[in-house]
Amino acid sequence: MTTPMNHPSTAAIHRSIEAVWRIESAKIIGALARMLRDVGLAEEMAQDALVTAMEKWPESGVPDNPAAWLMTAAKHRALDWLRRGEMLDRTHEALGHETDLHHHVASAELSDAVDAAIDADWAAKRGEEEVADNLLRLIFTACHPVLSSEARVALTLRLLGGLSTDEIARAFLLPEATIAQRIVRAKRTLSEARVPFEVPRGVELAERMASVLAVVYLIYNEGYAATAGDDWMRPALCEEALRLGRILAELAPQEPEVHGLVGLMEIQASRARARVGPQGQPILLLDQNRARWDQLLIRRGLAALERAAALGALGPYGLQAAIAACHARATTAAETDWVRIAALYDALAQLNPSPVVELNRAVAVSMAYGPAAGLEVVDTLLVEPSLKAYHLLPSVRGDFLAKLGRLAEAEAEFRRAAAMTRNQRELDLLLERADSCARLVVPPLAP
Amino acid sequence: MKYLCLAYYDLDKFKALTPTDMQALGAQCKTHDEALRASGKASAHASLSMPDQWKTIRPRGGKPMVSDGPFSEAKELVGSFFLIDADSIDEAVRIASLHPAAQVGEALGWGLDVRPCDMFVA
Repeated sequence: MTTPMNHPSTAAIHRSIEAVWRIESAKIIGALARMLRDVGLAEEMAQDALVTAMEKWPESGVPDNPAAWLMTAAKHRALDWLRRGEMLDRTHEALGHETDLHHHVASAELSDAVDAAIDADWAAKRGEEEVADNLLRLIFTACHPVLSSEARVALTLRLLGGLSTDEIARAFLLPEATIAQRIVRAKRTLSEARVPFEVPRGVELAERMASVLAVVYLIYNEGYAATAGDDWMRPALCEEALRLGRILAELAPQEPEVHGLVGLMEIQASRARARVGPQGQPILLLDQNRARWDQLLIRRGLAALERAAALGALGPYGLQAAIAACHARATTAAETDWVRIAALYDALAQLNPSPVVELNRAVAVSMAYGPAAGLEVVDTLLVEPSLKAYHLLPSVRGDFLAKLGRLAEAEAEFRRAAAMTRNQRELDLLLERADSCARLVVPPLAP
Repeated sequence: MKYLCLAYYDLDKFKALTPTDMQALGAQCKTHDEALRASGKASAHASLSMPDQWKTIRPRGGKPMVSDGPFSEAKELVGSFFLIDADSIDEAVRIASLHPAAQVGEALGWGLDVRPCDMFVA
């Protein structure tokens, strides 16, 4: 060992500061925003405390309770600002070095630091309830409808996730300047619109909660659907969304859809290892090796779903979680309870009518009741303008027709679908199916 | 004549302050800060960092020996200082009394020392 135990390297100290920051920054920003009534300013002051820590701790050592230290340092600055409307000594104007957390997100170091950070002491002393309340206010503010959807996502990752601008940019495959500008504008918009730092009440709550959940799910899907770029940051978005969802479930335990969304994300995440083949090719749900599904995530997902169901009728997220749960419970694809899935899609279509949901329902109906029943549903969608260029419609229809032995029609549908897709693997697959239909079609008799 | 005013506080009590109380405190302070500024007699205001960043220097064996601060073991710490320009200690006290640490923050261990400077070179 070149570094004695009592003198950890600067890099090691920076890593532990970053880990603490990732867990604690939202609480600090939340508390400051409560004092200052401005999330932009709150974030700036919290960052300022972080920069001081980065400078001092390598020399002075990490304090016993780093989270409490950061909070106190930030509070000192906030009080100065409240008194004078300015910070007394802005030595960190540009905040040159933003935190860079990527190598540590899932590391053991993180969990050590988390243990240290969640020193029961400080949460208890400073009023756990107020901490939770501030976090909730912060989430609702970051997801405020006055902001564009992209701005909500970026600001949520920044304020709640403790991610740097660079990390967010990499996750969304965008230039850092784009994200930086998005965040600056979002903070300005909140400030100019005088968005109050509070949790909405009454009728507004449901609508605003839907916006929060939509942001979390958007973050999740951005990571889950990641097909471009091999940056680790994209899948990390899934973890981030899950973390946000779990926090939200603790903060708003009475909201069924929060648990529904958490359940949906947990179960979807359980298939992460099984959904991509060794060459990176996507593997469809029914073809996945179920032994590779993460049973812990499934258990957590099912538990979240149960909590949602215990609170009343399932909402759109709860229903999607319930559908995912049907797959998760089936040990083999053949054991899938398609009757139940078809019923759940039916409920979902009534709650949230959409052509895509209807198409999914058609598939479930065909699995439960046969291809003719599925075809009946799918045929109602042929006039749907929003599905005109959606390759899955002819692809699904072709599948039903093929199963019904109407091979010439099936072939035509597969070729139509092939012409619509931009994905090479999908194109190959569709043409292969069209060809196999063609081979089996009895050529019409010559006159 | 110059008077150095040291404003004291209790760090533990400060830490325990909730954001809501802090916001109220900030608003209270602001009025007093403005009154002090309006007197035109106070200058060089400073807020100090947390004591774990302080260093203390003592002569040891004819050399400066540096250790972690603060110098004094007292629970009350100097959190800020400012200077007053006044003709007498009475006037200095009158002016210093405008400062928030003389008016609010009783539960936070706030308070002020007004110390005349026997010599002052800017």
